[in-house]
Amino acid sequence: MFTFAAFCYMLSLVLCASLIFFAIWHITAFDELQADFKVPIDQGNPLHARERLRNIERICCLLRKQNWHSAVAKNCPVLPQLKLVLPEYSIHVLFCIMFLCAQEWLTVGLNIPLLFYNTWSRYFHSPTDTKELLYDPASVMNGDTLKFCQKEAWCKMSFFVLSFFYYLYCMIYTLVTS
Amino acid sequence: MSTQGYGNPQSAVNNYSMSSAQNGGGAATVPCQNGPGQAYPAMYPPSSYYSSAPPAGYPTMTGHSAPPAGKIPVSGTDYSGNYYQNSSGPSLYPAAPGSQTAAHPYSTSNAPVPSLQQAAPYAMPAGYYGQPYSQPSHGQTHAQPQQMQPSLVPASSSNNLGAPLYPIVSYPSAPGSSQYGTLRSSQTGIGQPPVSTVMPPPPTQSSLQQYSQGKGATPTPAHPGYGAPPLSQTPTVNGQSNAVQQHYDQNLVNPMGHHYSGAPPTSTGPNTERTPSGTPGASVHSSPGHHQGLLYADRGVNNAVSSAAGDHSSSSSDHEEEDEEDEEAGGDSSSTTTGSASPVPNSYESLEGGGYQDLAAPPAGVPNKQAPPFGYNYPTMHPGYQQSPAPRPDSSPAHGGYNPSGYQPYSQPFPSLNELSSALGGLSGVPELEMETLRPLNLLQERNILPPKQASPPEPNLSSDLRKVNCSPDTFRCTLTNIPQTQALLNKARLPLGLLLHPFRDLTQLPVITSNTIVRCRSCRTYINPFVSFLDQRRWKCNLCYRVNDVPDEFMYNPVTRSYGEPHKRPEVQNSTVEFIASSDYMLRPPQPAVYLFVLDVSHNAVESGYLNVFCQSLLDNLDKLPGDTRTRIGFVTFDSTIHFYNLQEGLSQPQMLVVSDIEDVFIPTHDSLLVNLKESKELVKDLLNALPGMFSQTRETQSALGPALQAAYKLMCPTGGRVSVFQTQLPTLGAGLLQSREDPNLRSSTKTVQHLAPATDFYKKLALDCSGQQIGVDLFLLSSQYSDLASLACVSKYSAGSVFYYPSFHHIHNTAQRQKLQRDLQRYLSRKIGFEAVMRIRCTKGLSIHTFHGNFFVRSTDLLSLANVNPDSGFAVQMSIEESLADTSLACFQAALLYTSSKGKRRIRVHTLCLPVVSQLSEVFAGADIQAITCLLANMAIDRSVSSSLSDARDALVNAVVDCLSAYRANGSNIQPSGLIAPAALRLFPLYVLALLKQKALRTGTSTRLDERVFSMCEFKSQPLHQIMRMVHPDLYRIDNMTEQGALHLNDSVVPQPPLLQLTAEKLTREGAFLMDCGSVMYLWVGKCCNEMFIRDVMGFPNYASLPSSMTEIPELQTTYSERTRAFISWLLESRTFHPAFHVVKDDAPAKSSFFQHLVEDRTESAFSYYEFLLHVQQQMSK
Repeated sequence: MFTFAAFCYMLSLVLCASLIFFAIWHITAFDELQADFKVPIDQGNPLHARERLRNIERICCLLRKQNWHSAVAKNCPVLPQLKLVLPEYSIHVLFCIMFLCAQEWLTVGLNIPLLFYNTWSRYFHSPTDTKELLYDPASVMNGDTLKFCQKEAWCKMSFFVLSFFYYLYCMIYTLVTS
Repeated sequence: MSTQGYGNPQSAVNNYSMSSAQNGGGAATVPCQNGPGQAYPAMYPPSSYYSSAPPAGYPTMTGHSAPPAGKIPVSGTDYSGNYYQNSSGPSLYPAAPGSQTAAHPYSTSNAPVPSLQQAAPYAMPAGYYGQPYSQPSHGQTHAQPQQMQPSLVPASSSNNLGAPLYPIVSYPSAPGSSQYGTLRSSQTGIGQPPVSTVMPPPPTQSSLQQYSQGKGATPTPAHPGYGAPPLSQTPTVNGQSNAVQQHYDQNLVNPMGHHYSGAPPTSTGPNTERTPSGTPGASVHSSPGHHQGLLYADRGVNNAVSSAAGDHSSSSSDHEEEDEEDEEAGGDSSSTTTGSASPVPNSYESLEGGGYQDLAAPPAGVPNKQAPPFGYNYPTMHPGYQQSPAPRPDSSPAHGGYNPSGYQPYSQPFPSLNELSSALGGLSGVPELEMETLRPLNLLQERNILPPKQASPPEPNLSSDLRKVNCSPDTFRCTLTNIPQTQALLNKARLPLGLLLHPFRDLTQLPVITSNTIVRCRSCRTYINPFVSFLDQRRWKCNLCYRVNDVPDEFMYNPVTRSYGEPHKRPEVQNSTVEFIASSDYMLRPPQPAVYLFVLDVSHNAVESGYLNVFCQSLLDNLDKLPGDTRTRIGFVTFDSTIHFYNLQEGLSQPQMLVVSDIEDVFIPTHDSLLVNLKESKELVKDLLNALPGMFSQTRETQSALGPALQAAYKLMCPTGGRVSVFQTQLPTLGAGLLQSREDPNLRSSTKTVQHLAPATDFYKKLALDCSGQQIGVDLFLLSSQYSDLASLACVSKYSAGSVFYYPSFHHIHNTAQRQKLQRDLQRYLSRKIGFEAVMRIRCTKGLSIHTFHGNFFVRSTDLLSLANVNPDSGFAVQMSIEESLADTSLACFQAALLYTSSKGKRRIRVHTLCLPVVSQLSEVFAGADIQAITCLLANMAIDRSVSSSLSDARDALVNAVVDCLSAYRANGSNIQPSGLIAPAALRLFPLYVLALLKQKALRTGTSTRLDERVFSMCEFKSQPLHQIMRMVHPDLYRIDNMTEQGALHLNDSVVPQPPLLQLTAEKLTREGAFLMDCGSVMYLWVGKCCNEMFIRDVMGFPNYASLPSSMTEIPELQTTYSERTRAFISWLLESRTFHPAFHVVKDDAPAKSSFFQHLVEDRTESAFSYYEFLLHVQQQMSK
């Protein structure tokens, strides 16, 4: 029978797919950041510097929850106002609320650590006064920051993929049992 | 004989180490006298030292020294021990094998020469050497010592030796000669006669030169290994007293000439033909041929080539002083294209033959023999030994004793070292240091741990050949001079791994290379450098990624010697610091002109402080010194609550002011006439500068619209890029980027957290990034007495690769010290070299990776820094990690390449390469720790930490760094007594430096510190070069009222006394004395109450202590010897510094004395430990 729980799982399947997409996007973005064009001559070229800077800023501004400075945002050629982080978080929060309502405690339990991590890392662990340092174009290229970001993205993706199958299984299970 | 010599290798070793330690120059000779060198065993330090050294290196050695190999094993451990103690170890080895028989006879036969020499010790060796010559048959073995001897002589300053010796030996004292001499002689007994006839006169000269100068050339000439005597002796006519040149030019009758002419006997067809043409300016290098032979023989060991390193200087014509004028000169002299017309010898042999001018017939046998072992050994060899094998076989009977002599030259590359060594009467202490670094010390008992002189950085444990060409520690330093093999080992040592760079430093000598193709590795794009290996003549192996690359045809031509077939002798391969003139491939847009924009605060506050007068006057004085060419452009913007532009278009009768009051949306009133050509509008600019201070004298505007002014500057500079200099005197209060006061004065001395270290707004950072993208660098001068939120403002410089200057409570009348400092800083700032649109890439050996950068820049890629402007006074730090094990390599290399546009509009690449050994033992890692570099890197890390986390976290982390490291050492050394606080000698200053760091303005708590001063101190830590930081952290304290001539340096015509360094504690102060404290950017002269009246009268110019004014800012120029001596000492301290420090005379009873006493870091303060307490604290932490 089609219960609320089953509906939740079906919806979360779809949303989970979009989360996976976000995670993949993150990974590619960081990859792009890391793998600067290896054309050495280009590296020394001031024009390239500008392009590169814009690129970094664009990616950072896409990744962050807050608006990049408006002046820079004007320069962003692609999707200047799209922020990927906020949708990602809100979708995830939505999951948790839905499962909470559906009284799927196990699923809620699985998702809570990530929920906690997201809020903690983004909203309470910002070192600057301005609370927007995480993807700071000025420091994101430091090797360890970048590596951390990449690792984080990979972990998230694997988490979402796993949960995708878990939701699939749960959906079928609820449909079958009820 | 041989047995005897062999029997006591240890004793020989002893000699060496002792001698080097004891008497620098002279020491070398001692061993010679003793022959086998048994004399000193008693003095020799406990053999236990040796035990620590892994014997790993030894076996390889045996390979080289083929004949007596059997014996070696016995002494194996000894040798390796020796190796560790003093880097010269390797050179020792050669002595043993085979050559000994020869050696002995000679050692006894000293007779002939002694009379020639002044110094008794030298006489012996001379005689010793003299003999071999007479006996051609011995040629091979003896040649080496002979050469060494000459090199020795100059060092020891008895130059006259050379002349007499000459006729006999034919190898003059010039170090260069020694290099080649051996080689040749070893290969053939021939060739000497002709040469000797040619050269007699030069020797003395060259020897003199070498000695006196030693400058800048990292590479030292004398190679024990290669001693092609005749070649190198050149009368160095051209004023450059480059040791190198001498070597090479030897053959030349005509100094400027082509050496080929000089070497008639052997030169083969092609070479001779080529010889003549040449720009007179170009210094001629020695005939490459010699090297070749050697080189190729060595195969893998191409670095042996570095013997030629002397080159450094030899490419004289190419050298440029920092002065940019020379660019053109550099261009002509070394362009590789010139030679392309001449035929390339097609066969290897022919090349070689050609090269060996003097060798009528190079005996194939010898080189061949040598070759296999080198090539074979290379990969496995212990790092230190790697290169050394080359010299070894040749170097004959040098028993311990000789090595030092061979060594000496090496220790001389840096002038300062040179001077120091003379002062110390030692070999710049290097070997001693190596030996000492692991000695455990109980810090709780060791009171005097400061070195008597400013400590020189530890020398990497490399073979002398490599060491010679290695990058100067002033430019490039690594925290660990022995790179651990794996990350695990690094973690065990608990020391940070990182580099400290000063890439754009003012250099006195720099080879500049113009060439159509800049040779780089095809996969990792590394520039060719002295540490690559030439597999054969046409291929080289990258030392960073190990890819095998082809040598382009063009590279086969050596512009310095104007000959073909010797890629290993090109200046790129001879110098670890070179500069290329980049071709048009390296630019997409034409190089930008030098553009300077000055953005000046003219609000009431600013006018009140009077900085405008100082600035305008300084700029007027330095207008002609601004680096640039005919395209140089200049502009001015002033601002208070509005923004004023100045139209300086040529043809106007006077400057025209344009006011823009719309600060919400700033626009540029007119585009073409605000930044004007300096040359064309110079008169207008001068008018403006003269008028500026008066223009705003009546202003009542107190607001400051800095943000909009910066936006305007950005828009103005956008099309070109360039440098923006911003002068600000208060908190920005209007428009974008306005700031509020965040400082709570009551919390200044809080012992808890310090807030507001991070920027309040991102406006300045974003602006800086925009600027960086447009190649605009922003330098900030903050002159304010009030809180101005430097933490936010500094971002504008930080990310645009600018610099920050801060003058707290500046006033042109009331604060003379600050005014003088501003004047001097401006003087330097305006006239210093500048590079535009720069990028710096740091590459390192595969397996190492960079993970964090410190400094002012924008990180554009994981290994690429974008520097809108680069200036010679900024330093960078880099943290690294070891990602893959380095077990399969013995050397780790780092290359920093800085591509920039000079102020003359040339695209240039400055490349620095540093090479360090890789080790597998924890003890070696400790032994190679460079404590100063570690301190600087830790300071940078702590500052990052205090901004991103909290100050107390950062402080804890610093203390933990010491605790962890000393614990690691204790855990490692099992046989160390548990009581006390034990540290290896290399790290003995670690706790002291960390304590000093904790007491810095940037990191201290509990002492009242203004937020701006704290932040400025942090900025300095992040952007200053190492020496400057170290003086800040641990100032040098000297007592100067009783300086004597003892141990004084004699420079030119002045006597510079050398008072010992004192510990920074009030214990060392006495009321009867006067003490000078050198803190880098400020100097204090503390005069005690009962200070000797004569000092006050003769030096200070006042009758007694009471009449000394409370604020003196300079020492008067009096004609007394006392005064002259004092001033000589102070100016000696200042001579290498680019920014003049502020100078304060502090009376004992003046209120200002607290600023002096706060630097006495070993003393207890209300809120901080004394040094001893800190040690106890560390010990307590360790026992937890």
